Amino acid sequence: MTELDTFRAETRAWLEENCPESMRTPMPERETPWGGRNADFPNPDTKVWLDRMASRGWTAPEWPAEYGGGGLSKDQARILQQEMSRINARTPLASFGLWMLGPALLEFASEEQKKKYLGEIVRGEIRWCQGYSEPGAGSDLAGLQTKAEDKGDHYLVNGQKVWTSYADQCDWIFCLVRTDSSVKHDGISFLLIDMDTPGVEARPIKLISGASPFCETFLTDVVVPKENLVGELNKGWTIAKRLLEHERTMISAMGMGGGGAASMGGMEAMAKENFGEDGDKIANPAIREAVTNHKMDHQAFALTLKRAADEAKAGQGMGAAASMFKYYGTELNKRRFELLLDVMGTQALGWEGEGFDARELSITRSWLRSKGNSIEGGTSEVQLNVIAKRVLGLPDA
Amino acid sequence: MALVLTEEQTMLRDMAKQFFTEQVPVTNLRKLRDEESAEGYDKAVWQQIVELGFAGILIPEEQGGTGFGPIGLGIVMQEAGRTLAATPLYSTAILGAGLILAAGSDAQKAELLPQIASGELLTALALEETAHHNPKQVAMSAEQNGDQIILSGQKNFVIDGHIADKLIVVARTSGAAGDANGLSMFLVDAKAKGVTITRTHMVDSRNAAIVSFDKVNVPVSDALGPLGAAMAELESVLDLGRACLAAEMLGGIEAVFDTTLAYLKERKQFGVIIGTFQALKHRAAEMFCEVELCQSVVLDALSALDERRNDVPRAVSLAKARLGDAARLISNEGVQMHGGIGMTDAVDMGLYLKRARVQSQLLGDTNFHRSRYAELGGY
Repeated sequence: MTELDTFRAETRAWLEENCPESMRTPMPERETPWGGRNADFPNPDTKVWLDRMASRGWTAPEWPAEYGGGGLSKDQARILQQEMSRINARTPLASFGLWMLGPALLEFASEEQKKKYLGEIVRGEIRWCQGYSEPGAGSDLAGLQTKAEDKGDHYLVNGQKVWTSYADQCDWIFCLVRTDSSVKHDGISFLLIDMDTPGVEARPIKLISGASPFCETFLTDVVVPKENLVGELNKGWTIAKRLLEHERTMISAMGMGGGGAASMGGMEAMAKENFGEDGDKIANPAIREAVTNHKMDHQAFALTLKRAADEAKAGQGMGAAASMFKYYGTELNKRRFELLLDVMGTQALGWEGEGFDARELSITRSWLRSKGNSIEGGTSEVQLNVIAKRVLGLPDA
Repeated sequence: MALVLTEEQTMLRDMAKQFFTEQVPVTNLRKLRDEESAEGYDKAVWQQIVELGFAGILIPEEQGGTGFGPIGLGIVMQEAGRTLAATPLYSTAILGAGLILAAGSDAQKAELLPQIASGELLTALALEETAHHNPKQVAMSAEQNGDQIILSGQKNFVIDGHIADKLIVVARTSGAAGDANGLSMFLVDAKAKGVTITRTHMVDSRNAAIVSFDKVNVPVSDALGPLGAAMAELESVLDLGRACLAAEMLGGIEAVFDTTLAYLKERKQFGVIIGTFQALKHRAAEMFCEVELCQSVVLDALSALDERRNDVPRAVSLAKARLGDAARLISNEGVQMHGGIGMTDAVDMGLYLKRARVQSQLLGDTNFHRSRYAELGGY
C-alpha cells in the first residue's frame, strides 16, 4: 500500500466516524456554513462538522499546519475531496476568507498577520467580506477613491464601497484604499478593517433575484491601526490583482454546476420529462440539439479545467488562464440557465408560493443570480481585454 | 491520466514541428497544386516521413514500426495540419495500419505492416457511398460465391484512392443498408480486374477518388476480419481516424490563429494598428478560448484511445464535433480579419479554410458527431 492509499483509508475511516449523518444530505441554502462572530446554525450538526474538520485544519486542507491549515499535499487534498464526495459530505465552511483573502495573506502578509488571521479563518471564527468596487470604480477598479489618510499612529478611512458580499453579516472587511492621490495604480494599499469599528455601516442591496447578497458599505472617519496594512504601502494593486485571479477562478467554477437541482446530470432527464422520448432520444429535436451542445461545451470546459490543473502540477503555466476560465465559465453558466428556462417552460418562471416546487423556484432565482456572474469580479468584456492584452499581446489604443 | 504530454511525447512534437515547418511548409502543397502533380503528394517528403518512423508510428516495433501509439500519431498529425502537409499519413499510417492491426490475421499483419512502415505500401479506405459519412448505411454488395467474393458498387471520397496499392473496401455480405451487422472488409489490389479509380479534385487540393467495382473477384482469404462482423473493428479505427483528424484540424486552426494575430499587430488602418480595435481584440480573445478548449478535447480523445478507455467514442465525437465548429469559426475569422488580402490566393488563409471544410466532412461532420454524442449519452 502506498502512502496515499494509507492516507485514503485513514481519511475514509475518519470521515465515516466524524461526518454527522445530516451533513451527508444536500444543503439547503439557509444552512450554508458561513461562520463568523454571529454565525447561526439552524442545524446544530453544521457546527459539529465545522469544528471537527477545523480541528484537523481540513477546512483549509492545503494551508500550512503552522497557521492552522491541514498541511496536505495536492494529492492528499484531492483524496480528501474525493472521499468527501463519496459520502456526499457538505463543505464544512463557506468563506471568502478561505477562498480569497487567505491565499493572498499567505503570499503577502507579515508573520504576525498570518498567525492572527489565518487561524481565525480556518476555524470559521471571523467572516470576511471584500471591499473593492465603488460607485465610481467598477470595471475601472483602479479608479477607486476611498481614502486612507496617514494620521501618525493610524489611518483615517473615508469613502464608500459597493458590492461588498454579505457585508451586513460580516465581521471584517479587506479593502483597497487610496493612500496616494497623485498616481493611479501605485497609490492603492490593501487594508484590513474590523467592521465593529465606529463609522462602518453596511446597507443591503436588493437584486433582481429578490436576494440581497451584496451591500453598500459606508466608511466615515474610520480609525484603522497601522498594523492592519498588508504588504507595502501603495503596493496594494499587486495584491488586488492576485486576489482577483482567485475570485475569477472561484466564479468560473460556477460554470461547472452549482445551482444544486439544476446540475448537469438532470438536464437531459428534465428535457425528456417536458418533451417526451423518441426511443432513447429527447423527442423535440431542437431541444435535443441545444441540450447536447450545452453538455458538450460543458465537458470541453471541464477538460480544460483539468488540463490547466494538470499543467500547473507539471510546472507549466497556462498563462492568464484565470481570465479565460472566468469568461468562459460564467458565460456557459448563463447559457445553462437560459436553456433550463427553455426546457422547463413556465415552471421555471414562478416567483414564490403555490404551483411550483422548491427545485423549480430555486432554478428561477439562480437563473436571475447567474446574470451577475459575468459582471462581478471583472465583466466578460474586461476578461476579454485582459486576454487580448496579457496573453495575446495586442496593443492598447 | 494527466492531460499533459510526457517528456518523450514533447520531444516527438518538437521533432515533428521542426520537420514539417522546415521540410513541408505550405509552399509544398502549393507546388503540388500548381504543378498539377500526378500523385498529389511529394514522394521525397514521404520517404523522409518513413525515415522518421512516422509511417509506422502505430505499428509495433517487432513489425517494423515505432509504436508511439495514438497520442504520438495525434502529435504528428497536429504538426502536419499546421503546415497543410499533403501526405498519405491519414490513408496509410492511420486507417490502413489501424485496420490491419485491429482486424487482420497474423499472416496479413506479418505481410503488410512492415511494408507500411517501410513506405512501400500505400492503402486507401473505400467506405463512403454518399455525400455524408454514415458507416451503417453502406449498401455496396459483397456476394459470396464459393471461396470467392464478388464486389459490385461504387465508393466516393476515397482519400488517396488513386495512389493506393491496396484498397480496404467496406461492403455488405448480409443485411441491408442501415444495419450495423452484415458489413465486411476486404483487401483489394488497386489493379484488380473490374476496379476503376477516378481521381476527383476537391477544394483542398488533396487526393480523393471515386472507385467503382464491376464484379471484382476477391478470394475470401483476403477478407480483413470475419465476414459480416466488421463493424466493431471498423468503428474503433474510424474513431482513431477521427481523433487524428481532430488533431490535424487543431494544428490548422493554431496556424490560422497565430498568423491572424500577427496580422492584427502589423496591419495599419486609420493610422493605427488594427489590433488596437476592441471589436477585433474581443474576437481574438474568444478565438483564444476556443483554441484552448480544442486542445483539451483533442488531447483527451487521444488519451482515451491510448488508454483504451471505455468512453472512447464519446471522447472522440466531442473532439471531432468541436474541432469542426472551431475550424469553421477560426478559418472564417482568419479570412475576415485579413480583409481583402484574405480573399486572395496569395495568402494562406483560403487554403486553411478549404482544407478545414474537407477535414470536417471526413469521418463525420459536427452534426453527425453531436448526434452520436447524445445517443451514446442516452438522449
